[in-house]
Amino acid sequence: MEDFFDLYRKDRWPTIFCPGCGIGTVMNCFYRAFSELNLDQDRVVFVSGVGCSSRVPGYIRADSIHTTHGRALAVATGINLANPDLKVIVFTGDGDLGAIGGNHFINASRRNVEMTVICINNNIYGMTGGQASTTTPYNALSSTTPFGNKEYPFDLAELAVTAGANFVARWTVRNVKEIIGSMKKALTKKGFSFVEIVSPCPTGFGRRNKMGDPKQMYEWLKIKTVRREKTKSWDIDPVDLNIEGQISVGEFVERNRPSLAEVLRSIKPKIEQT
Amino acid sequence: MRLPEGTYFLQGNEACAEGAIAAGLRFFAGYPITPSTEIAERLALRLPEEGGIFIQMEDEIASISAVIGASWVGAKAMTATSGPGFSLMQESIGYAAMTETPLVIVNVMRGGPSTGLPTLPSQGDVMQAKFGSHGDYEIIALAPATVQDMFDMTIQAFNLSEEYRVPVIILSDAEVGHMRGKVKVPEKLEVINRKIRTDKVWHDGFAYDESLIPSFPVFGKGSRVHVTGLSHDIAGYPRNDPEVHQELVIRLSEKILKNRDRICSSQIFNENAERFIVAYGSPALAAREVIRSNGSVGLLQLKTIWPTPEKQIIKIARQATEIIVLEMNLGQIYREIQRIACTAGCTKVRLFSKLGGVVHTPKEIAMFLKGG
Repeated sequence: MEDFFDLYRKDRWPTIFCPGCGIGTVMNCFYRAFSELNLDQDRVVFVSGVGCSSRVPGYIRADSIHTTHGRALAVATGINLANPDLKVIVFTGDGDLGAIGGNHFINASRRNVEMTVICINNNIYGMTGGQASTTTPYNALSSTTPFGNKEYPFDLAELAVTAGANFVARWTVRNVKEIIGSMKKALTKKGFSFVEIVSPCPTGFGRRNKMGDPKQMYEWLKIKTVRREKTKSWDIDPVDLNIEGQISVGEFVERNRPSLAEVLRSIKPKIEQT
Repeated sequence: MRLPEGTYFLQGNEACAEGAIAAGLRFFAGYPITPSTEIAERLALRLPEEGGIFIQMEDEIASISAVIGASWVGAKAMTATSGPGFSLMQESIGYAAMTETPLVIVNVMRGGPSTGLPTLPSQGDVMQAKFGSHGDYEIIALAPATVQDMFDMTIQAFNLSEEYRVPVIILSDAEVGHMRGKVKVPEKLEVINRKIRTDKVWHDGFAYDESLIPSFPVFGKGSRVHVTGLSHDIAGYPRNDPEVHQELVIRLSEKILKNRDRICSSQIFNENAERFIVAYGSPALAAREVIRSNGSVGLLQLKTIWPTPEKQIIKIARQATEIIVLEMNLGQIYREIQRIACTAGCTKVRLFSKLGGVVHTPKEIAMFLKGG
C-alpha cells in the first residue's frame, strides 16, 4: 500500500473533521501501521458507533459498518465470532465507548473477543457540540457543565486492563511514533487489543477551556503527559484526570490469553468425543 | 444436523430452536428472560454441535447488535427475548430495517407494561413490533399458535428475512412458547438464502432492481461496502439530500408492501359464515374449538400480522355482518381490522379483550358470541 488513498476513500474527501482535530493524525498513524503490516484490505472489517471518531470507517475503502451509538463492540463481537478469519477493527470515541457503550466495552474486554479497538478520546461530545463525556476532566467546562464538571472521569485504558484485555496502550496524538508502534502490536495481537489516543478537540473542548487554538491544546497534552511507569510511584494518582492533573501514557498490559473465538471453536471436538 | 424427518414431542420454544437450525441458523446471541429462555438454552446445547455459534451477551441491545454483525458476514442469525428485552432492541430493529440486514427476532410475549407478568402470556407487543423504532419502516411479523407453528414459522421467518432483507419478528406468547405438543418434521424443507454479490461494490453497494431488494455484499469477500444507519445513497454513503432520503425510505417500505399478498398467510374456517372471529396466536386455538361446534360463526386466523393481511380481512368483511376480534391486549390489531373492515362495508367490529395473562376460553368466547 503505497498511497494514503489506497486505504481511504478519496471520493469522500474532504472529511467532516474541524481544523485542529486530532482524528486526521490518528488516521495517518493508522495508515502507517496498517500498510507497514501489509494487512489484506479485503479481509478486514471496520466497525464504529456514532460520533466524530466513528466516522473514520466511512472513509476507509474496505468493508465497514457504522452502527448505532455505543454498540460498535457488540456488533464487532458478532462479526468476529461468526467469521473469526476476518480481522475486526473498531474506531470509537470516549462518548461512544465510555458512556453509552460502557457495558459492551468491559464485557468485550472480559470475553477477550478478538478485535482491535482504537479509541480517540477527545474528552468531549464533539459531534453534538461540546457536551461533557465520561472522560471530561474534573472541573472542565462544557456546554452541559457550565459551572465546571463535578464528576470524576473514567480512565478507559485502566478499565480495559482491569476487565481483561490482552493488549492496552494509551498515547496522546503528539506521540505519533509510539501510536504507530502500539497500533502494530494491537493489530497483530490475538484477543482484545485496545489503543486509546487522547486527542484535541479545539472546537468542542478547547474553546471553553481557554485552549481554542489547537496549538494550546497540543501544549496542554505535552505538559500533562506522564509515562505510566512513573505514575507507579503513587506520588501521582494514576487515575487523576483533572484538567490540572496528568495523562498517563505507555503500553499498559500485554497478555496472551486465547481469544473467545479460539475457545469456542474448541468446544466442538469435545462433543464429538463424548 | 437438523431434526430428521419424523414426529417429535417438543416444547414450543424448543420447536422454535429446532426450526431455526433447520432453516440454517449459524449464530445466536441472547440474554436470559422469561418466558423465552428455553430457546437460548436449547441453542446453547445444539449450535456447537452444528458448528454454529451461541453467545450469551451482556444485555438485549448487545444481543441484537451481535446478530446484526453476524448477519453481515453472511451467517443466518437470530435472537430471542420477551417484552422488556424487545423494548431494549427497538433502536437496533430500526437500524436493521435501515441497513436491510436479514435477521430473526423471537418475542415470546408476556404481560406488560414494564416487568409485568413474566411467566404469563399477552399480546401486548403487536404495535411495538411494527412501530417500536423511530422513523418509517416496514418489518414482517408472524404469529404462531401451536408448537408445530413454532417450528414451521421459524423457518418461514428466516426465509422471509433472507428474501426481503428485513428483520422478521416471531410474535409468540408465553402460552405457545411453554406449550408442549406434537411436531411433524418433513423430509424436505424449503430454505431460502439471500442473494449475494461478491464484486467490488463500493460505488453501488445498495443498488437495486425492480424487486427493490439489493443483493447482499457479504463482508470479507472484497466487496468493500460501507453500511450506515444514516440516510444513504446506493453507494451506502451518508447523504442528507431530501431526494435521497425520500427514495430510500419509500423503497424500504415498498419492497415489503408491494409483496404483501405473497408475504401474508392466514387461514379461514367456516368460510360461508355471517359472523366472523378474527384471532391470532393462543386465542385462535380457543376460537377454533368454538367454531367447530358452531357453523354459523367463521374464523379468520392471522398467521402474518405485519404487514396486515388486508386482502383476507376484506374478503371476510364483505360477507360478514359482524366481526369479533380476540386479543390479549386492550385492542391493537383490532384497530387495523376495524379500519380495513369499514372500507369493505362491515362497520360492526367488536373487541373481546383479555388481560391478566389468561387466554380466552372457548366457553367465554361462546358467551361473548351470544351477547353475554
